[in-house]
Amino acid sequence: MSETPEPKTVALFVTCLVDINRPSVAFAAIKLLEQAGCTIVVPDTQTCCGQPAYNSGDKKSTKAIASAVIEAFKGFEYVVAPSGSCAGMISKHYPELFADDPTMLVAAEELASRTHELVSFLSDVLNFQPAATALDASLTYHDSCSSLREMKVKDQPRALLASVDGLEIREAEDREACCGFGGTFCIKYSEISGSMVDKKVDNIAATKADILAAGDLGCLMNIAGRLQRRNEDIKVLHVAEVLAGMTDGPGLGEGKR
Amino acid sequence: MQVTSRHFKDGAHEALQDKDIQTAFSKVKTGFSVARAARVEELPEFDDLRDTAVDIKNHVIENLDYYLEYFEDQVLLQGGKVHWCNTYAEARDAVLEICREADAKTVTKGKSMITEEMALNDFLSEQGIEPIETDLGEYIIQLAHEYPSHIIAPALHKTKDQVTELFHVKHQKYGLTERQTDPQALVNEARNVLREKYVAADVGITGANFLIAETGSTVIVTNEGNGDLTQSLPDTHIAVASIEKIVPTLEDASTMMRLLARSATGQEMSVYTTFSTGPRRKDDIDGPAKFHVILLDSGRSELIGTDKQDLLRCLKCGACMNHCPVYQAVGGHSYGWVYPGPIGAALNPQMVGLEEARHLPNASTFCGRCEEVCPVRIPLPKIMRHWREKSFETQVTPKPERWGIGLWAFFAKRPALYRMITRCGAMALRIAAGKKGRINSLPMMGGWTSVRDLPAPQGKTFMDQWKQQKRGNS
Amino acid sequence: MSARDKILGRIRHNLGRGPLDEEAATLVRDRIAGHKRNLVPARTSISHGRQVNLLQDKLEALAATVVRVPSLKEVPGEVRDYLSNHNLPSQIKMSPSPSMDDIPWGDVPMLEIARGAAVITDEVSITPAFAAIAETGTLCMASGLDTPSTLNFLPENHIVVLKTSDIQGSFEDVWDRLRQKFGEAEMPRTVNFISGPSRTADIEQQLIMGAHGPRRLHIVIVEDEQKA
Repeated sequence: MSETPEPKTVALFVTCLVDINRPSVAFAAIKLLEQAGCTIVVPDTQTCCGQPAYNSGDKKSTKAIASAVIEAFKGFEYVVAPSGSCAGMISKHYPELFADDPTMLVAAEELASRTHELVSFLSDVLNFQPAATALDASLTYHDSCSSLREMKVKDQPRALLASVDGLEIREAEDREACCGFGGTFCIKYSEISGSMVDKKVDNIAATKADILAAGDLGCLMNIAGRLQRRNEDIKVLHVAEVLAGMTDGPGLGEGKR
Repeated sequence: MQVTSRHFKDGAHEALQDKDIQTAFSKVKTGFSVARAARVEELPEFDDLRDTAVDIKNHVIENLDYYLEYFEDQVLLQGGKVHWCNTYAEARDAVLEICREADAKTVTKGKSMITEEMALNDFLSEQGIEPIETDLGEYIIQLAHEYPSHIIAPALHKTKDQVTELFHVKHQKYGLTERQTDPQALVNEARNVLREKYVAADVGITGANFLIAETGSTVIVTNEGNGDLTQSLPDTHIAVASIEKIVPTLEDASTMMRLLARSATGQEMSVYTTFSTGPRRKDDIDGPAKFHVILLDSGRSELIGTDKQDLLRCLKCGACMNHCPVYQAVGGHSYGWVYPGPIGAALNPQMVGLEEARHLPNASTFCGRCEEVCPVRIPLPKIMRHWREKSFETQVTPKPERWGIGLWAFFAKRPALYRMITRCGAMALRIAAGKKGRINSLPMMGGWTSVRDLPAPQGKTFMDQWKQQKRGNS
Repeated sequence: MSARDKILGRIRHNLGRGPLDEEAATLVRDRIAGHKRNLVPARTSISHGRQVNLLQDKLEALAATVVRVPSLKEVPGEVRDYLSNHNLPSQIKMSPSPSMDDIPWGDVPMLEIARGAAVITDEVSITPAFAAIAETGTLCMASGLDTPSTLNFLPENHIVVLKTSDIQGSFEDVWDRLRQKFGEAEMPRTVNFISGPSRTADIEQQLIMGAHGPRRLHIVIVEDEQKA
C-alpha cells in the first residue's frame, strides 16, 4: 500500500463537445486520472476526432483530421477520452479509415492500441477505485451506443458508481436503446430523433431519479435538451463529474441555481 | 411495386403522427426481440454458430459459380428444371411460360420477398392469371393493395379493425357477410376461403430460404403451413430464389436453421420447415408432377467483389429491423421498397439506385444494434457509411451539407483558427443563454431547437482554461 | 450467350478468376461429399431416455399434445379417445404405410379408416414419423408412396405415431438416417420438419392457432425399445 508505482502518462483527448460545451467534464477526468496516479498531458493541437466528417461520408477530410490526431498523440503511453464515441472513432475506425494506406495503417493501429474510453480505462487498465465521495441521491445511467457496443463499457461505470456513498442506482427501462443523437442525424432527421429521445425521456422520467449520467456528452446534450423542453426536473451530469465528486455546479442546461 | 424511397422523410413524418403505426411497430420490440433474447440465452453455442454461418456463407460466395452449377445438376438429376434469369423481367417471363404450359388460371403463393422485388403478382394479373397469396399477412396486404412493411410479418402495420373491415368487404363474394372482430374468427375465415384456393390452383409458387447444393433441394420455412399446401397440392411447383441462397450440404442447412427462426421470431424452429427435392416420384400419390427452380441474379452478382459483398450473407430473418429504433419510429413503408429497416438501408441503394434511396443509409444513428443481432454478422452500419461516402463523392449529398462539412473540416484542420472559432462560439452561446443556462431557439439550428433545448456552454473553452492554468503554473 | 453464362460470367469476373481449376473444384466437391457436421449443440448429447423426455417437453410447450404408450397395441384406444375427446366423427385418413398395419385396428371396429393422400374433407389424419428431433421438439416426415405428405397438412387434426426408436438427438442424426434410407445425396420428394400445430401472429401479433395447417397435433409415442 505504500508502493509508489511509476506514474503513467496519459494524453487527454478532450473531445470537441467537452471543450466547447462543458469543460468541467475534462477537469473531472483529469481529477480522476491524477487520483489514479497518472500524469496528464493535453496535446494542444487537438481539435476533433473527425467523426462528423466520417459519418457524413467525407473520407478525405476525415483522413486529414485523423492524420493530425495521430501526429498530435504520438509517443504517449495512453490516450484517454471521456467519450465512448470519440474513443471508438480512434480505436476502431481509424484503422478502417486507413485500410488501403499501409504506412498510415500502421500508425493508426498503433494509436488505436493506446486509446481508451475514460471509465473503462480507470476500471480495466488501472483497477482504480475513486477516492471516497458521498452523494445522497438517486441516479440512472444511460448506456450510449458507442460506449456499449464499440468500447464494451457497461458494468464498469456501475461498479465505480456503486462506490459513491449514498448513491442509489435506478436502472431505466430500455436503457440500451439509442437516444437519437447520432451526430448530424439529430439535425437532419430531427423528427425521428425527437421520437427516439422522447422514448428515452419517458423511461428516464419513470425512474424518478435525481440525476441522469452517461459517458458521452453528445447523448447527454440531446437528452438534457429534451428533458428540459419537457420540463422534467432531473439533473444531467457526465459520469466523470459524479465519480470525481464534482456535482455541486449546474448540470447540463441549468442556469445558476 | 412503385419505389417511393425518395419520399422517406414524408413517409416518416406521416408515420410519426399515426398512433396506430406507432403502436404496431413498437410490437417488434416487445414481441420478436424479447423472444429472440430468451432463445439466445438458452443456447450457449449461439455465437459460435454465428461464426460458423459466416464462414459457410463466405465460402459459398467465393465459390458461387461452382455451387450454382452443382445445384443445377442435382435438380436435373431429380427431374426438376432450372431457369437462370438475369433480371426481374426474365424471371417474370420464365414464370409466365411455366404457368401457360400448365394452362394456369389461378396460382397460389407462399410468402416470398423475391417475388415482391419482381412485382410478380401485378404482372400475372395483367396476363390474366390470378395470383393468390396464402400467408395470412401477405393475403391481408394483397386484399388491401399494399406491400409488406416487415419481411416476416408483412401486415405488421395493419390493425385488427382494419383487417375486420377488409375481410368484411372482400369476403362478401364468398357469401361471408358477418363482420368478424375476434382474431381467431378472422383467421378461421381466411383459412376457409383459402382452402378452396389451394385445391383449385394450377401452379404453386414459393420462395426458398435455402437452396441445398448437395441434394438439389429448396427449403421453405413457415409457421402457417401455407407454403406446404401451396407447393404440394397443385400439379406444378415453382421455387423462386436469388442466387446467393445456396448452402452446400444438409449439415450446413441445419446450422443455418438453428440461427434463422431464433433470430427472426424467437422460436427455436418455425412450425414447418420443408425440404423439397424434384417433382413427385414414380410411386408418390401426391405432390407436384413438375418442379421448377428460378435462379434470379437481379443485382446480386454485382455485389461480389465490392465493399458490400457481406450483404449476400443475409438470411432475410428480420432481426435487424426488429431491433432498429429508427424502423420502430417510422415503420416499414417509409423505406419505400421491399426491404425496410437496416437491411433496406444497406441493400436498397444497390437495387433501386443511390439517388432514389439516398435517405435510407443516412437515417441512422449507427447505434449498432442491427449488427449486434445479425445472425451472419453483416456490418450494416459500415455498409451504410459506404453509401454515405459514395453519396458524398458523387455529389448525391446536397450541396449545403457537403459545404457545411467542408467548412467545419477546414477549421478542424487548423488548430489556431479552430481555437478562435470555438472561443467565440462558446462565448456567444453562453451570452445568448443568459441566466437560464439553455437556449430554446437559435437561427440555423432549427433541426436541434425544434425538438429540444440546447444546453449552453459553460463559458471559456477547456483548451483556453487549460492554457491559462499552465501559464499560471509555469 | 445464355442467361446462365452471363450470370456465371459476372460471378467469376467479380471474383477475379475464371472457372475453378480441377484442384479447387475437387476441394469444393469433397466438402460437399464429406458433409461434415458443424457445431452441434451440447443439449443433444444426452441419454436416449432423456432425449425422449426432452422431445415430449418441447412438443407440449409448442402446443402439441403427447401421450406415451408401452406398445402399438394401445394406439387404437388412444385414437378412439382422441376423437371422442374432441367430438370428432369416428373417421380417419391413414398413411398407406406398412408400419401402420402392425397396429391392431381391429380393436376399434367402430373406427372408419381410409388409406391414401389427404383430401379437403378429411378432418383427421394419422401418420407415422420418419424420425423426431429432441433438440427442438421437431417431427421429421419423409414423403413416399406410403407416406403422402398432404396428410401432414390438409386435415385439421394430425395424429402421429412415433416410436421411441425413431427419436434422435439432433438434426444431424436425422441427416444420417435419411442418407441411410435413401442414399447419398438422395432425398424423398418432401422432408417436413414439424414443430407443433399451425399458427400465425399476423393479426396485431396475437398468437392464433390453426392458420392453414393442422389446428391440432397429437403425438402418440410408442415405447418400442427393449428396456435394459
